Amino acid sequence: MPKEKIPRQEMPRQKPEERRRNFREVALGYSPEQALLEASRCLQCKKPTCVEGCPVQVRIPEFIGALRNQEYQRAAELLKDKNNLPAICGRVCPQETQCEIHCILGRKDKPVAIGRLERFVADWERQNGVQMPVPAPATGYKVAVIGAGPAGLTCAADLARLGHQVTVFEALHAPGGVLMYGIPEFRLPKDIVQAEVEYVRRLGVELRLNSVIGKLHTVHELLEQGYAAIFLGTGAGLPMFMDIPGENLKGVASANEFLTRSNLMKAYRFPEYDTPIKVGRRVAVVGAGNVAMDASRSALRLGADEVHIVYRRSRDEAPARAEEVENAEEEGIIFDFLTNPVEILGDEKGWVRGMRCIRMELGEPDASGRRRPIPIPGSEFEMGVDTVIMALGTRPNPMVFSQSRGLERSRHGTVVAIEATGRTKLERVWAGGDIVTGAATVISAMGAGKRAAADIDAYLRAGGCGPWWVEPAQAAS
Amino acid sequence: MFRIVAREDLAPVTKLFVVEAPEVACKAQPGQFVIVIVDERGERIPLTIADYDRQAGTVTIIFQEVGKTTRLLGTKRPGDELFAFVGPLGLPTEIERYGIVMCVGGGVGIAPIFPIARALREAGNRVISIIGARTRDLLFWEEQMRSVSDELVVTTDDGSYGRKALVTVPEKEILESGVSVDRIWGIGPAIMMKFVAATSRPFGVKTLVSLNTIMVDGTGMCGACRVEVAGKTRFVCVDGPEFDGHQVNWDLLMERQRIYLDEEKRALALFEERCPSCRGEGH
Repeated sequence: MPKEKIPRQEMPRQKPEERRRNFREVALGYSPEQALLEASRCLQCKKPTCVEGCPVQVRIPEFIGALRNQEYQRAAELLKDKNNLPAICGRVCPQETQCEIHCILGRKDKPVAIGRLERFVADWERQNGVQMPVPAPATGYKVAVIGAGPAGLTCAADLARLGHQVTVFEALHAPGGVLMYGIPEFRLPKDIVQAEVEYVRRLGVELRLNSVIGKLHTVHELLEQGYAAIFLGTGAGLPMFMDIPGENLKGVASANEFLTRSNLMKAYRFPEYDTPIKVGRRVAVVGAGNVAMDASRSALRLGADEVHIVYRRSRDEAPARAEEVENAEEEGIIFDFLTNPVEILGDEKGWVRGMRCIRMELGEPDASGRRRPIPIPGSEFEMGVDTVIMALGTRPNPMVFSQSRGLERSRHGTVVAIEATGRTKLERVWAGGDIVTGAATVISAMGAGKRAAADIDAYLRAGGCGPWWVEPAQAAS
Repeated sequence: MFRIVAREDLAPVTKLFVVEAPEVACKAQPGQFVIVIVDERGERIPLTIADYDRQAGTVTIIFQEVGKTTRLLGTKRPGDELFAFVGPLGLPTEIERYGIVMCVGGGVGIAPIFPIARALREAGNRVISIIGARTRDLLFWEEQMRSVSDELVVTTDDGSYGRKALVTVPEKEILESGVSVDRIWGIGPAIMMKFVAATSRPFGVKTLVSLNTIMVDGTGMCGACRVEVAGKTRFVCVDGPEFDGHQVNWDLLMERQRIYLDEEKRALALFEERCPSCRGEGH
């Protein structure tokens, strides 16, 4: 007799009208009952396709199986076998395009809510005492990891578990990278980031904060100082602007600046914290990626009356996760699709008073495969706004490149590295995350950190033998 | 944490700290700056490096108490620790043998001009220095500057010490006197640097200025420090802090320095209310 079908469990969330004015976490997490119900939906496939979609190959059916048996600790162990930052991933990974899209259940029904279960298990363990894995015997190799963001922390944790002595150099005063400065508290609470960083530290990783590599030490100096390998995970750098008139007016900020003030520096609690932030009554956020969603929703919480997302393409091309677009919409963010700013207008005192925009239409697909936005002649109009936040992406951080001869870069400024291993053109130097790919996701950066850790380990154990660089095309043949 | 090992009150509102930061001291070069965070709730503020001692592992910073953060910093004593001290940031001054160079320091800008003048002198340049302040009380490091200069002119706006003049007056006189100055460095408040550059412009002498903008991370990430130089947007933290003073859009720079004026006033008022003894005198 067929069992009664259990529906995919909805994530309890703060109500939109409440959450739009506070910085507390929006998603509240499954109750144990919900988690068990959701876990019971998993088919426990013999050949799990979900795992293939995961950049770090989390043992998905296994941890869900343990959870289903209420073996919470075992579930956590299985989860953390591949993922050192599960409470973070359970919150910010785009599961719908990674593991969940491959879930067999999703063909006829909704897929298993893998991300929500991951979060549940990680949160359970954090509240019930984190178990440390048994460390591998020390290898005696010293490895330097540059940047304590998702790529660097993952790489460092894996290397430490393999027995290497790892030092992470972080430029900022807090570890976490984009998890601290970029993603807002309401999507990823900072005490959760710090708890997972603490786990990495307890694995034996040394964290050196306030250490700007490229300035304090160069990459070559670190190699000379006895580090057998270096992983570069320095992430995003200078924000992109549109190169239109008025971008340096008072009231225009990059999303990086706006979010760093609010998240890392806690400007939303000014003057209790010293860093100020400016948010006017009417805010325009230019761009439609996850960063734009974060900036717009933060602006709302900081007291703006009206927040617009201004995007030159249409909703279908928006790079943000569907869930984040929905969250923003529910909270009252206004989406102006097919609209592109051409000039930011200032008042007599140099403050933003508006933005001149032009309407767009979609033409033939461009190099990105998305339909090219084309301006509609004569459709220009003015938007009255007093704050403009540019969320157009970033270039790689330039600091690490000072005196780094041998480190080849692409014309976009990113580091050239082999995807499967993270090896750069400079021997004994690996790289991964945004520094290689340009702005991407937390989990793809973690995947790169993980692959690099495996290759660094293999390289060190082989005593550095074998060719360093094999052209990717050759490698494939 | 970064321990303060010495403190000197150079003027009622101008303080010097020697901070234990061996790694920064090891790499610091003239023209670079550090980001300082006073305590865990503090903001990140850029301060130019005034001196460094590689052997002792210390870096000297000099700051003027103007807002909440610098006032709070001013309450710190030797033995106290700073939450963060990050650097050395920015590009170092290009020290070469240019010939005759002029170093102009105004107010708290005397601090960063000092290591530049010293390095230029060591590189074999003839160094003519001009230091000035609003009034005698705000002047400091006259002897240090004299020790690294072939000539030194001291001015005050009100004539309470040295020559009664703005620094641009002797600057112009020297340029007019026929001394062939090859390069000028000017560091001080934006308005002073603007006029140091304006004064040298007709003489066609390249003039470098060290821009002090609002920064958040200071490491090439946020873009708060953007300025317009030769019509292009540049980032002070990674492209600077030194730029060609003849090409800086000064009005924009000064406007952008004022973005958070209201918030700064609010923070300062709250600071004084909570800590009556922190209320400064005479400002």
